[in-house]
Amino acid sequence: MIIVLDTLAKILFFFVLIMGLVVVLIWMERKGAAFIQDRTGPNRASIGGVRLAGLVHPIADVFKLLFKEDVTPANRHKALYNMAPWLVMTVALSTYAVIPFGDHLTVAGRKVPLVAADLSVGLLYVLAIASLATYGVVLAGWSGNNKFTFLGGIRAASQMISYEISMGLALMGLILVFSSLRITDIVAGQGDLVLGFLPKWGVVVQPLGFILFIVAVFAETNRNPFDLPEADSEIVAGFHLEYSSMKFALFFMAEYAHMVVGAALIATLYFGGYQIPWLPRPLIEAHAGLILTLKLIGVAAVSLLIAMLFFRRAQKEKGKFGDARDREPVLGGGLWVLVAVAALAGLVLKPWTIGPVGADLVASVLQIMAFVAKVVFFAWLFIWVRWTLPRFRYDQLMRLGWKVWLPLGLANLVVTALVMAIV
Amino acid sequence: MSFEGLPKGSCDKKRSFRDSIYLWEVLRGLGVTAKHLVWNILHTDQMPTMQYPEEKRVYGDRFRGRHRLMQRQDGSPVCVACQMCSTYCPADCITIVGAEHPDPKIEKYPISFEIDLLRCVYCGLCEEACPCDAIRLDTGIYEIAADSREKFIVDKEFLLDNHTDGTL
Repeated sequence: MIIVLDTLAKILFFFVLIMGLVVVLIWMERKGAAFIQDRTGPNRASIGGVRLAGLVHPIADVFKLLFKEDVTPANRHKALYNMAPWLVMTVALSTYAVIPFGDHLTVAGRKVPLVAADLSVGLLYVLAIASLATYGVVLAGWSGNNKFTFLGGIRAASQMISYEISMGLALMGLILVFSSLRITDIVAGQGDLVLGFLPKWGVVVQPLGFILFIVAVFAETNRNPFDLPEADSEIVAGFHLEYSSMKFALFFMAEYAHMVVGAALIATLYFGGYQIPWLPRPLIEAHAGLILTLKLIGVAAVSLLIAMLFFRRAQKEKGKFGDARDREPVLGGGLWVLVAVAALAGLVLKPWTIGPVGADLVASVLQIMAFVAKVVFFAWLFIWVRWTLPRFRYDQLMRLGWKVWLPLGLANLVVTALVMAIV
Repeated sequence: MSFEGLPKGSCDKKRSFRDSIYLWEVLRGLGVTAKHLVWNILHTDQMPTMQYPEEKRVYGDRFRGRHRLMQRQDGSPVCVACQMCSTYCPADCITIVGAEHPDPKIEKYPISFEIDLLRCVYCGLCEEACPCDAIRLDTGIYEIAADSREKFIVDKEFLLDNHTDGTL
């Protein structure tokens, strides 16, 4: 019974993390794209004149999509048409089951491993589920009964077949190095050091495998430069062309959920997951008081710095708009000052005298934070790449997949196997 | 690789190894976008975007905005209904119905003077054609809005009124 509750809590954690990140990522995508292109980006939606730098827009979008008319094509395949968005979303969410977001958390004396399902064939599960997502896209393309959606579906299918292979081959190298299919083992193995000073991260022991994997993940998530299934400029919107209202919103959210999956996979398999480099868990627990104190001081210092930037802007733009928007920088600065005050208030509790129970908690929370930070960074990488690179042409995509990535993946596997046999 | 129909030598440039593996160029591209991102975050006040309804672009004096009809001392239109403007108009958007003026010194005056603002291309040929400076495009109004097409056909009274704005 208690294990079921544990698992439900972990599922809830991931669900909240993903849904929160989806909102933040949509904001990051729009704002990041704008700043990269020298624009200001969305800044109109507001709550009582406070715009939160465009963060209100995703909420406004949700309400807009909820109240929109659900236009459906007359000659669709009803069952498949209704099933496809749910399939994409479900598959996107179910990959998280095997991704560990921390080592363990001690709750009332019990050690709870921080992974929803610690499968012994975790990596195979990831590969299987990742390719299932394409079913949703293909079904959406086919059931819409439209040649553009159909082309999008075909492209998704062929792209998946081409890149699934190099993705699998890249992961084979990783399996050889860590000699396990269990993802928790792989992450635990990445806490060691190689050559005495480098963290034994996947990217360090498998640099070529990492490049192969990250490109394959980009292709699997249908993000630029591999977004051929939806390629707006060629086939209108590809597979989700015939969807509107909340069904479209599901596809849209699934794309971002897939991005978070991809980012979590890259972070877990190649960047040490929840491991903090040069700071293994026993070390954190031994010096928990010191680390916590330094962290609180650091948070206070950084938030005061950000608050200062906000206040400087408030001074500079005094009375620029002549309404509630003038108060925004002051509000932002005040918020960061509050964070700093909270961090400094934590110092009053004498964090340097923390006990062993507290040390355990500190280590767990730090590792979860490290994991989330890595996921956010790689999710940002997806956005960053999208607004940097143009889309591949279809033949270029196929040539890269079959003529370059497949042989490179095989070579990587052979070399890794030879090195592992010799060492 | 061969590209038919292209002049010889236009597409067979040899790529260097660094270019052909893409990765270096991809990283360079990421560097370019990151530079723009960071600079723009730190200099939001120097963004070229204009926050339109609050900030408006200032146009020159010769900017051709919505038309107006000039008035005589007594407030009646200067227009003598000579049809020059409607004849010149390339968009055919001016409709004038003329009638005899009670004052014998003035030949005619317009009973109705209608401009279809949706058809108008704001070329200014009407004010160039006008022999008595009766129509001008010097109001500077360019935000013209209405909720039906019929309202865009504006009449003589509207064009004579100097206190109107873009709302029709």
